[in-house]
Amino acid sequence: MPSPFIIDRSSVTQIMAWVLIALLPGIAIYVWLFGPGILVTLTLATVTALAAEAAMLKARGYPAKPFLTDLSAIVTAWLLALSLPSLAPWWLIITGTLFAIVVAKHLYGGLGQNIFNPAMVGYAVLIVSFPMQMTQWPGPLELTSLESSAVHLNLLQSAAVIFGSDVPKATLDAITMATPLDALRTGLHQQLTVDEVMTQPIFGHYGGVGFEWLAAAFLLGGLLLWALRIISWQVPLAFLAGIWLTAGFLHFFDAGRFGAPWFHLFSPSVMLCAFFIATDPVSGATTPRGKLVFGLGAGFLTIVIRTWGGFPDGVAFAILLMNVCVPLIDQYTQPRIYGGARKEPRA
Amino acid sequence: MSRELFKFKGGIHPPGHKEESSTRPIHAAPLPKKLVIPLRQHIGNPAKPLVDVGERVLKGQMIAAASGAISAAVHASSSGIVTAISEQPVPHISGLPDLCITIETDGRDEWIPHAPLDYQKMAAADLRLHLRDMGLAGLGGAVFPSAVKLDPGTAQTCPTLILNGGECEPWITCDDVLMRTHADEILQGTAIMRHLLGSTEILVGIEDNKPEAIAAMQVAAAKMDFAVEVIAVPSCYPGGGAKQMIETLTGKQVPTGKLSTDIGIQVFNVGTAHALARAVHHGEPLISRLVTVTGHVLRPQNFEVLIGTPMHLLITLAGDREGMSGVLMGGPMMGMPMPDLDVPVVKATNCILVKSDALFPPLPRALPCIRCTRCADACPAELQPQELFRFAKAGDFGRAQEYHLFDCIECGCCSYVCPSHIPLVDFYRYAKSEIWAHEKDKQAADLARERHEFRQFRQERDKAEKAEKLAAKAQAKRAELTAAPATSGHAATSEADAKKALIAAALARAQAKKSESVPLNTDNLSPDTQHEIAEIEARRAKILELARQPLESEEKT
Repeated sequence: MPSPFIIDRSSVTQIMAWVLIALLPGIAIYVWLFGPGILVTLTLATVTALAAEAAMLKARGYPAKPFLTDLSAIVTAWLLALSLPSLAPWWLIITGTLFAIVVAKHLYGGLGQNIFNPAMVGYAVLIVSFPMQMTQWPGPLELTSLESSAVHLNLLQSAAVIFGSDVPKATLDAITMATPLDALRTGLHQQLTVDEVMTQPIFGHYGGVGFEWLAAAFLLGGLLLWALRIISWQVPLAFLAGIWLTAGFLHFFDAGRFGAPWFHLFSPSVMLCAFFIATDPVSGATTPRGKLVFGLGAGFLTIVIRTWGGFPDGVAFAILLMNVCVPLIDQYTQPRIYGGARKEPRA
Repeated sequence: MSRELFKFKGGIHPPGHKEESSTRPIHAAPLPKKLVIPLRQHIGNPAKPLVDVGERVLKGQMIAAASGAISAAVHASSSGIVTAISEQPVPHISGLPDLCITIETDGRDEWIPHAPLDYQKMAAADLRLHLRDMGLAGLGGAVFPSAVKLDPGTAQTCPTLILNGGECEPWITCDDVLMRTHADEILQGTAIMRHLLGSTEILVGIEDNKPEAIAAMQVAAAKMDFAVEVIAVPSCYPGGGAKQMIETLTGKQVPTGKLSTDIGIQVFNVGTAHALARAVHHGEPLISRLVTVTGHVLRPQNFEVLIGTPMHLLITLAGDREGMSGVLMGGPMMGMPMPDLDVPVVKATNCILVKSDALFPPLPRALPCIRCTRCADACPAELQPQELFRFAKAGDFGRAQEYHLFDCIECGCCSYVCPSHIPLVDFYRYAKSEIWAHEKDKQAADLARERHEFRQFRQERDKAEKAEKLAAKAQAKRAELTAAPATSGHAATSEADAKKALIAAALARAQAKKSESVPLNTDNLSPDTQHEIAEIEARRAKILELARQPLESEEKT
């Protein structure tokens, strides 16, 4: 065995574990604001992901232990679960997770080989196939309890909803409502101005009531990852800048038709994406300049899809589109080497 | 003394493990019964033996002479009888045996007459030749012949001279201990280097994990009659690499494919400066060096060791222990495993690192690359190791080369930080050797094709020359025949002869016409052929140049 003979103590497992830890503040705020349903979703997604991972490893003839313990499947499961409505039906969660692990990850060659972000593939499949179920978000507790006399769902009741036991439709209607992004979309479609839409109770200081806190929690976890140097600053900063600049330009251009940049920035999906999804190393750009391009592009596309696209949120599609561009971005952003002149390698 | 320092990109901070061996005093290793002295201890051509089996040699006697421009002499480390000139196992990465001179020592350790040298009165070229004959080569690990590096070349001077006391590899302390104990001699050697290179700025870079060495060097520097700046640089592997030391101290990078002297900087290891002082001021050739013996031994320490001493002797001296799992020459980042402990200490041996499973646990199983780019962050050559790995693994060596595979210095930082524990450097070594093998095949094929083309060209030319001769002959004969009928009366025979002559003449004309299209000789060639030959010559020249290309003169500590 040739040199070097010593290695650092870091490992893939350690990196993935820190990502999971960094998601905890967001999950805690989620539970506090929207009820414990998300815990059921997370558990279901985790179990499904591990089972799918184990089955695929066996089918592909890989040893199960080193790959199951790398925690990458759990990261995918959590990111997908956090993107879904917390009271989404069980089959929706399982379908999305299976698609993410089996198709997006293993059929592309497993850990390190997938060109698309598995969680976003799972999300995209679900929102294209089941748009109805994907938009039934429970409203923030403080709003739902204001509007009706609906009881807060506890863990067991949430599980019951998720697993499809009979819940009176009235109850479900009482606790679910449009997300702020949906509300803005619908409002704008009804020829209301942004200011008029923003007077609805669901909107808070910057983003939606509650949603902005969730965004802040994801930001906090993201900063932890950056402090630990698990993610680089380029992707999150460029992504947020892409969102802010694009939304800001449109808002400046016509404040009545386009949401404010702060509103877009403080949506949970943007913060989750900036620090946990766009930063996925496997499907993202690798060069320092490439990371900036990747982030900016994803931010720009997110706002474009949110504004003119057919779906309420554009994060997943923006990421998938940028994933496609990664080989090209990397090739044309090769940095200068030690003592070398700046030169792009040939295609 | 405050000087602006520059941070080279990348680098890592592995545990130093310096105290283990740096706190004990230097011991002289005893004279072994047998010395095995390899003829190839430096970069370049191996030395040519000057002695025969059975001959008695004295300590310091040149037993093999430098051969060619890049080479260095080899000396007997002690007095005794030459018992063999044969292939022996040597400490080399290839693991292949190499030609060595074996000396059965007589225990008298009898010196050959030697005297100090008044170097300032000597011509620079003579002094360099003398240093080559003293066997001086870089002691930082690269063992590039020092005499070659001390030639400023066409530039006449090399403004900046850097003494490298970085010693960034974990575990190794021989330079540290040398600077603590022999600072004056190191600077005396530096004075000679300064004399040869015409340097005006002398910098000594020492990593800040060696405060005693820095203090000792500063005291010694104050005593010199020229300015020497002793600078503490941040400890960061591979900060002791010549290119990294240059960037840390000057902020300059050596352009790829060039030497540091091209930007007016030359770098020497402190041990080399010390050996230079011994050679000039005491007339002692390079026959011993400091070696750190550390790791899984009872008393890790530095030994003054004669070149040619078997390594197992030193491990026994330092106290061998149960549970040895291997021995490295050099440090854990760039050292090489020793296949056999009978191998001798050579000029490049700065450290003998004894491994155990506790100190060096076997590396965990490698996982797939997740493209986290920690390797790129750590790479001091500023490469994209994750891409090089991808190309090397896929066998796409062309792309690997385009992504600057050959700028990789194999420092091991990427492998060290990789969370997937991929032995990245192995993949780069593999890709490099594949490319070299391919180049060699290509060169051989080119040579064969050239030979074939030249042979074809020669055959054509010979054929043309022959035809020309024939034509000339026929012409002469016809002239003779046309003159003949007038003088001779044999009409019948002459008619037949004339017919024959006409046929011969027609043949000759046809032949001559045909040969007009091919070159008649090498002085009057068609442009196409000339072009073709020029091309062949150009290819030739390129191959010759490749063969002559100077080797990298980088020293690493």
